[in-house]
Amino acid sequence: MITLLILLVPLVASLACLMLDQAKVKVFALGTSLVSLGITVYAFTLFNNDIADQFLVNYWWIQNLGISFKAGMDGISILLVALTNLLLPLIILTSFRHEYKNANTFYALILFMQFALVGVFTALDGFLFYVFWELALIPIYLICLMWGGNDRAKITLKFFIYTLTGSLFMLAGLIYLYLQTPGSHSFDIDVLYNVTLSPVAQTWLFWSFFLAFAIKIPIFPLHTWQPDTYTDAPSQGTMLLSGIMLKMGIYGLIRWMLPIIPQGLAEWGNTAMILSVTGVVYASCMALVQNDFKRLIAYSSIAHVGLIAAGVFALNLQGLQGAMVQMIAHGVNVVGMFFIIDIIQRRMKTRKLDELGGFANNSPIFTILFMVILLGSIALPLTNGFVGEFLLLNGVYQYSAWMALVGGLTVILGAVYMLRAYQKVMLGEPHERSAEFTGLHQTEKIVLVAIATVIIVTGIYPKPIIYVAGPAIEDILAHVKDIY
Amino acid sequence: MKALIVIALLGVVAMMSEVFRFKKLLLPLVVVGLLAACGLAIGDWNTAIRYYSDMVYFDNYALAFTSLIIFITLLWLIISKEYFASDSSRAEHATLILFTLCGGVIMTAYSDLSMFFIGLEILSISLYVLASSNKHDLKSNEAGMKYFLMGSFATGFLLFGMALIYGAAASFNLVKIAEYIQTTSAHGQTPMFVYAGVLLMMVGLMFKVSAVPFHFWAPDVYEGAPTLITAFMATVVKTAAFAAFYRLFSTCFGDISGFWAQTLAIISAITMLAGNVLAVSQTSLKRLLAYSSIAHAGYMLMAIVAMNNISGGAIFLYATAYSLGSLGAFACLHAISKYGDESIENLRGFAADNKIWAAFLGLIVLSLAGIPPVAGFFAKYYIFYGVLQSNFAWLVLVAIVSSLIGVYYYFRIIIIMLQPRSETASVLPSLTGAHKALLLISALLALGIGIFPAFLQGLLS
Repeated sequence: MITLLILLVPLVASLACLMLDQAKVKVFALGTSLVSLGITVYAFTLFNNDIADQFLVNYWWIQNLGISFKAGMDGISILLVALTNLLLPLIILTSFRHEYKNANTFYALILFMQFALVGVFTALDGFLFYVFWELALIPIYLICLMWGGNDRAKITLKFFIYTLTGSLFMLAGLIYLYLQTPGSHSFDIDVLYNVTLSPVAQTWLFWSFFLAFAIKIPIFPLHTWQPDTYTDAPSQGTMLLSGIMLKMGIYGLIRWMLPIIPQGLAEWGNTAMILSVTGVVYASCMALVQNDFKRLIAYSSIAHVGLIAAGVFALNLQGLQGAMVQMIAHGVNVVGMFFIIDIIQRRMKTRKLDELGGFANNSPIFTILFMVILLGSIALPLTNGFVGEFLLLNGVYQYSAWMALVGGLTVILGAVYMLRAYQKVMLGEPHERSAEFTGLHQTEKIVLVAIATVIIVTGIYPKPIIYVAGPAIEDILAHVKDIY
Repeated sequence: MKALIVIALLGVVAMMSEVFRFKKLLLPLVVVGLLAACGLAIGDWNTAIRYYSDMVYFDNYALAFTSLIIFITLLWLIISKEYFASDSSRAEHATLILFTLCGGVIMTAYSDLSMFFIGLEILSISLYVLASSNKHDLKSNEAGMKYFLMGSFATGFLLFGMALIYGAAASFNLVKIAEYIQTTSAHGQTPMFVYAGVLLMMVGLMFKVSAVPFHFWAPDVYEGAPTLITAFMATVVKTAAFAAFYRLFSTCFGDISGFWAQTLAIISAITMLAGNVLAVSQTSLKRLLAYSSIAHAGYMLMAIVAMNNISGGAIFLYATAYSLGSLGAFACLHAISKYGDESIENLRGFAADNKIWAAFLGLIVLSLAGIPPVAGFFAKYYIFYGVLQSNFAWLVLVAIVSSLIGVYYYFRIIIIMLQPRSETASVLPSLTGAHKALLLISALLALGIGIFPAFLQGLLS
């Protein structure tokens, strides 16, 4: 029931947004996203992490093909649903200082996106998962297309076709998997988990799924859509993309790949691991030389998720725990970073590092909050990033010390490029226009303080995340371990 | 059968209207008559009666397709008032449309090759005239002429194929042919000229459904014919042609599918690739839709290649989704082409002027591109599923690639529609009530079928 509620609130709200007038729609969208957050908190109070699929809803959708509307949450799902529903009000708040044309369409699309994302994280039927997966693509495509930068038509189309390519291969893989299910076929996740597949089939399935997830995450060398899209999208679109949407890829790996094709992973996981780790180093190096702040964060995002993916491919408890913690941490931090860029850009009309500088004294509170979020991204102890990266590197180390060594470069390089950016933006000679940088508005403060609080609280006390996700991760690993 | 009689009578009445001077009443009469025919077809559901010593056989397959093409014709009539506006040609236009439909119904329900041929000819000959019905337009004349010449050539192939099959099976009856082929192929004694006959019939049919490399007429004819007739051809006629194609091959030639399936699979792959690739560079929306209809023919051929227990339902669902999508797109094309040429650029600024209708057009485009949760996605899903089940994995890969190309040009419609209009452009695309109604109906149906696809597909499996 709760699952249904969490799904339906944003969907209904999104349709309602279309009918409201432009002035009220912001507040309405914020209100409904807070309702979703409230329901999520309520779900947490009822949550018992020893039981697998909770708040289960299960109806037939297309009965003669064994497709059902089956959704529910375990520890992994509920954390990602919580991430989505926590970030959504913040993302909507960040838009309060913007005046978008056709505001009601804008907020309707954001809320529809929320619906699709929650759907992806709760779906327990392969087909339903695929439908939500595609559904999430349409609103973000339109957001980028309608409110993006100058080159938007070309860039967003590239983004759409790129991701759709992966999705369609995944669809073919899913249908193949479905045809291997016994009896009258079914897309039910429990049935799919128990399909026996030949090694050759596992190889094919591995690549068809990997393609979809790796493009979404994105894993090197399938990342080429990402920097352009992030840079060109409107701030809220970038936040949705980087904060939540790329988690879909990681989630897909954990939920739909590990337990279903463990042998394929055993054979090809190493390749995937190498690609992920390569991406970490490559993207970090790219971030080092960027002059556009937004592009820099886009590349840093590739580096971070590359490490998360490596943690998943390590196929051990620490790696997966780290992935969970880091998904939440990265989601929160990256939204914070993009919001900081948004704040700067709106005031200075530029986000080129060499045209900025010397803001530190203009607004002390901004300086402090920026620093906290930055420290979270570079994984300083006592911030959320540290817990995640520590667990991830621990997991990867158990898999291979070399991989951990190379992957660990992200910590060092991350510190270098982030501190360089901080120095260029905040410190140094005040730029001639720096005086224009005024203090923070109320909504901006609320968002940044909320994000900074989450960074520090989950950094000091990450145990709830690990506790909630624990049993679910062990379930997943049990499927993997059957093979060895 | 009752539906067929009603439509044929309606056609005769339409001719009479010229003599007895009730032309003003004609259009309402046609609508009422078609509604009745559609109702009668649905009312016959699950009866499966063979009529006239098994010349036509109205099983559920035939009834489903009959209802579909009548329904699509009714939808088409919503925007087509203008085509029947001129007093002098109203009766003949109505008659020709009704006879085309009549031929279409026979093509979905035939149980005898001679009947198939009669149905096809009734459909085609009416259509030749319709394509050139814009008498004073050179392009329309060219379209009619081209279609006639190439169409009769293709009919020749078809007839030759039929003759060879008849020579072997000594019967035109589909059931008898199927029995003959079953017994001979079981012993490996099928004579060579049966295969030749199958091939020749395939060529004729592929011309009718505009499969590559027999598609060359399609873009020119689609472009030259009056827009409304193009819409009719792309939806009703194509659906009927596929119904006939699938009926023939599933009833008669299933046992020798090893002979033709591979060929058809290759044709299907080339068709969707060529259709989509050629659509990419089109600047005229009409030509773009013509190439897109070629590409969709490729996808529908996949269902014939797969030929298993879900193929009938899959092709029905696909034809429905495709017809609804195309009709919606043609409605927009028709609306904007009143204000100038058929260039896709005329859609610029469409979203700013017609917010809701742009959203509906967006839904229709998503359906044509095959993005969930709209009808087109499920149609593609069933087709892919069927083909994978029949172990044509490579064909699915080709279909995936060509779908991606499809997205590229379909989304161009969305992109252009969302862009602000350039200042120099003076055209103001606006929609009449009829266009809005058709857009609304087809978009909502596409969405509805997308959310509950099981019903339509389940009808035939």
